[in-house]
Amino acid sequence: MRYRRPGLDGLTHLLLIIGAVIFGLPLWLALTASTHSAADLQSGIAPLWFGDQGLVNYWQLLSQPMPGLGVSALRLLGNSLVMALGIALGKIAISLLAAYAIVFFRFPCRTLCFWLIFVTLMLPVEVRIVPTYGVVARFGLIDTYAGMILPLIASATATFLLRQCFLSLPSELFEAARLDGAGPLRFLKDFVLPLSRTNLAALFVIMFIYGWNQYLWPLLAANSPDHATAVISLKNLVQSTDTLPPWQLATAMTLLTVLPPVVVIVAMQRFFVRGLTDAEK
Amino acid sequence: MPIKMTTFERHSVTPWLLLAPQLAVVAIFFFWPAAESLRQAFYVQDAFGLGERFVGLANFQHVLSSPGYWHAFGVTALFSLLVAAGAMGLALLLAVLADRVLHGARLYRVLLTWPYAVAPAVAGLLWLFMFDPVLGVLTHALAVFGVHWDAQLDPGQALALVVIASIWQQMSYNFVFFLAGLQMIPASLLEAAAIDGAGPFRCFFGITLPLLSPTAFFLLVMNSVYVLFETFATIDNTTLGGPGGATRTLVYKLYEDGFVGRDLGGSSAQSVLLMLLVGVLTFIQFRYLERRVAY
Amino acid sequence: MRLVQLLPFVAVTALSLSTSAQAATTITWWHAMEGALGEKVNAIADEFNASQDDYVVKPVYKGSYSDNLTATIAAFRAGQAPAITQVFEVGTATMMSAKGAIYPVYQLMQDTGTPFDPDAFLPAVKSYYTSSDGHMLSMPFNSSTPVLYYNQDAFAKAGIETPPRTWAELGRDAHKLVESGAAECGLTTAWPSWTQLENFSAINDLPFATQANGFNGSDARLVFDQQPATVAHIQDLAEWQKSHAFEYGGRADSGTKRFQSGRCAMLTTSSASRAGIQEAAKGKFGFAIAPLPYDAEAVSQPRNSIIGGASLWVMQGQSDTVYQGVAEFLNFLSSPAVQADWASFTGYVPITTAAYEQLKAEGFYTKTPGASVAIDQLTRGTPDDNGRGLRLGNMPQIRNIIAEQLEKAFNGSETATQALTTAAKRGNAELEQFERSVSN
Repeated sequence: MRYRRPGLDGLTHLLLIIGAVIFGLPLWLALTASTHSAADLQSGIAPLWFGDQGLVNYWQLLSQPMPGLGVSALRLLGNSLVMALGIALGKIAISLLAAYAIVFFRFPCRTLCFWLIFVTLMLPVEVRIVPTYGVVARFGLIDTYAGMILPLIASATATFLLRQCFLSLPSELFEAARLDGAGPLRFLKDFVLPLSRTNLAALFVIMFIYGWNQYLWPLLAANSPDHATAVISLKNLVQSTDTLPPWQLATAMTLLTVLPPVVVIVAMQRFFVRGLTDAEK
Repeated sequence: MPIKMTTFERHSVTPWLLLAPQLAVVAIFFFWPAAESLRQAFYVQDAFGLGERFVGLANFQHVLSSPGYWHAFGVTALFSLLVAAGAMGLALLLAVLADRVLHGARLYRVLLTWPYAVAPAVAGLLWLFMFDPVLGVLTHALAVFGVHWDAQLDPGQALALVVIASIWQQMSYNFVFFLAGLQMIPASLLEAAAIDGAGPFRCFFGITLPLLSPTAFFLLVMNSVYVLFETFATIDNTTLGGPGGATRTLVYKLYEDGFVGRDLGGSSAQSVLLMLLVGVLTFIQFRYLERRVAY
Repeated sequence: MRLVQLLPFVAVTALSLSTSAQAATTITWWHAMEGALGEKVNAIADEFNASQDDYVVKPVYKGSYSDNLTATIAAFRAGQAPAITQVFEVGTATMMSAKGAIYPVYQLMQDTGTPFDPDAFLPAVKSYYTSSDGHMLSMPFNSSTPVLYYNQDAFAKAGIETPPRTWAELGRDAHKLVESGAAECGLTTAWPSWTQLENFSAINDLPFATQANGFNGSDARLVFDQQPATVAHIQDLAEWQKSHAFEYGGRADSGTKRFQSGRCAMLTTSSASRAGIQEAAKGKFGFAIAPLPYDAEAVSQPRNSIIGGASLWVMQGQSDTVYQGVAEFLNFLSSPAVQADWASFTGYVPITTAAYEQLKAEGFYTKTPGASVAIDQLTRGTPDDNGRGLRLGNMPQIRNIIAEQLEKAFNGSETATQALTTAAKRGNAELEQFERSVSN
């Protein structure tokens, strides 16, 4: 039960709506700006309402190479997708196996292995950026998808979360599997995976967004525009040398960049909330 | 580690095969570079790596005695404080409101959480656009009130720009946690208080807030971690650490010294110091995790 | 129009595809030329690729100058350096000191038996890239110098007839422009350190650093803070900032926007910005180009300005075949035809005397008013110790420090004297660090 007073309820809705509007404002302005011509934008205040150049701008963005980069927006979005999926699926796959080994097997150094993985929480890519570049280059992986993905896919969080999830499975399950005569891989496939589906989906949402939004690492690891991601391409558009920033394209590209992860969050809202509160990043 | 599950006992190789991918990635892309950082922190090297010289603790001495480092430390701390206060305050308010409504709760939740999906780099750009000196909507709105907005020159305004963009982006993360925390508070507790004649404000300050304090503490740590690392992209897309270093955080300085300044020894020493700082934050976070897992 | 422009590209791409079938040697060229300039770079490479079958030059845009230098160094350390990389003028000392990393151009030309005459280049350009023992270590490519752009419409509205020649005149004009309502702001600048300190020093014959600005030895130290005229100039700008007679527009070239949008009536920036400004001003306002003002109290006759821009460095670690191709390509790049085309298209100055003569003969300077300002300003008089350029290690960082300190002077948190003294002190720490790191 909560306090129910009609006036208070109205005020609650009003404040929430104001909050939602303020939070939506930056995106709204980007949306309206992306439908105006460059000349329009440069001759005054950014417009609050739509113009008539939307199709032209988006068509230019999708059909022609991006100014300064020489690759199309589709290519950039494609690179982002490869990176985000690679990171999300990679993290989940290796963490799943690791957590499974730690929970369902007994072997020497088990605790040590867990801690080794856990300590990576202390080493975000930002603090090991210079030598990581060196290591990746040594394997010849600069400017490859593998080089963009691999250094980011170790995941203490995912391992930790899946370990908790496996530990909470009823131990009768294991007995049932043993009666069935299931080996480790069949037990994983037929018993553990189906029961962890929700957790895996939740992890996927969080990790996909993490991967899609990466900045510093792809900035260095994607050495040529061929592998640049949508997020890092935006700076090139805005901080253009000797020309006014083509805000009509920059805002359009911003929207295209924001769209996929927002769609994932909205469509998988339930998993998102679950993933966030479980994973604590 | 307490184990309640029965385990596969006659497999001695299988667990290593299962662990191999994760351990390989950890060893190659985490420990090796980290060890390299640690080593380089004790050397001075030219940019191209053509020669190096052992200098002991000189790099650390240099970093810790430079005013620039402590300035960046101060900026990071102030930045964290402002983002934490702003993003948590707003999130708490909106979460309390969203927790009250019966109709449209789901819609509000979507409308208030989507900025989480926006990359910090993009958040920076969106606000940069609104504060653009020539065509920014907010620049012109402020001019009406006689405020001359020039984030390229005014240190306070530059910090405000990155703080606002960060709050906007981080609010949704805090919102999710506060809402989850609010929904876990037993209704019976609030009902009992109501029967005792406590008004909504006394209920909030007497019951809700104390029960949310572990969440708030956890979020404080997470917001600091966010400012420490994620805001690099926000800064790199807006103020570039300026003007006059007003928005140069520890990580931005590390990047500048290491990649732009090519002072490998100095930046490695900074890396090591950052690892220690993250270590402390991780420890705090872990303590919280363990406690949460316990109940 | 667009399609027609694309046709030659398609043809050339098809050509280069067919030649690559015969296993032509690829030469990677990392550069920082963006937008229209980047397209021109591609066109030049395509032209070279179409002219022969043995080599394919592949230009790769790597972001800003600073980004490209960072990427080049990181790649070199990882054994993956490109054959050619473009380094901005202030990175010259860093590159020169990296003896095991670079393949000096004079030596490359010698080893491959390619004709190469350093004296073909303009003196101001040649001296910048020549080592103390007289060898040219890199190949000049795009050189520019700062000039004054002014909005003719705003000037007419304020009743100003001629562009200012001295900083005192500029100050008067700037105030007049703002007070008359002809513009919201008088002057803005791009590349603050380059235009307001480095070139101010050269033009007014003031030292920027000791040891002839570093040309005579790596133990040079910054002294711009000890020149009363330089300090007074920054103090003036800080004063003007209060009334919008001057508006600081940010680092690198972000100040250009304030001029392009019509907000500021004057701009000091690179002569190479002409094309970009022209495009933005089209249909909005007329603009013209004048020499950078000088300080009449410091010098009676303004001296030459110094160059900015970049040169091409050849990196170690490639095969002989690649180097043969690199030499041929560099030779092609410095040919009068390519240089004249590049200079007329971009606003960079022609770097060889032959290219300059060719442009003159073609009537380019009479057809394009303002285009000669840069080259005239660059070549007036004989460069002395204060005017050969800068050869200071860690110069990119020093520029950042200077920008940071200028920001403090312009926002009033420090006086010009305080700001510049600190800038020199911090900059000197960088110079010391550089000296230590290369003397291993």
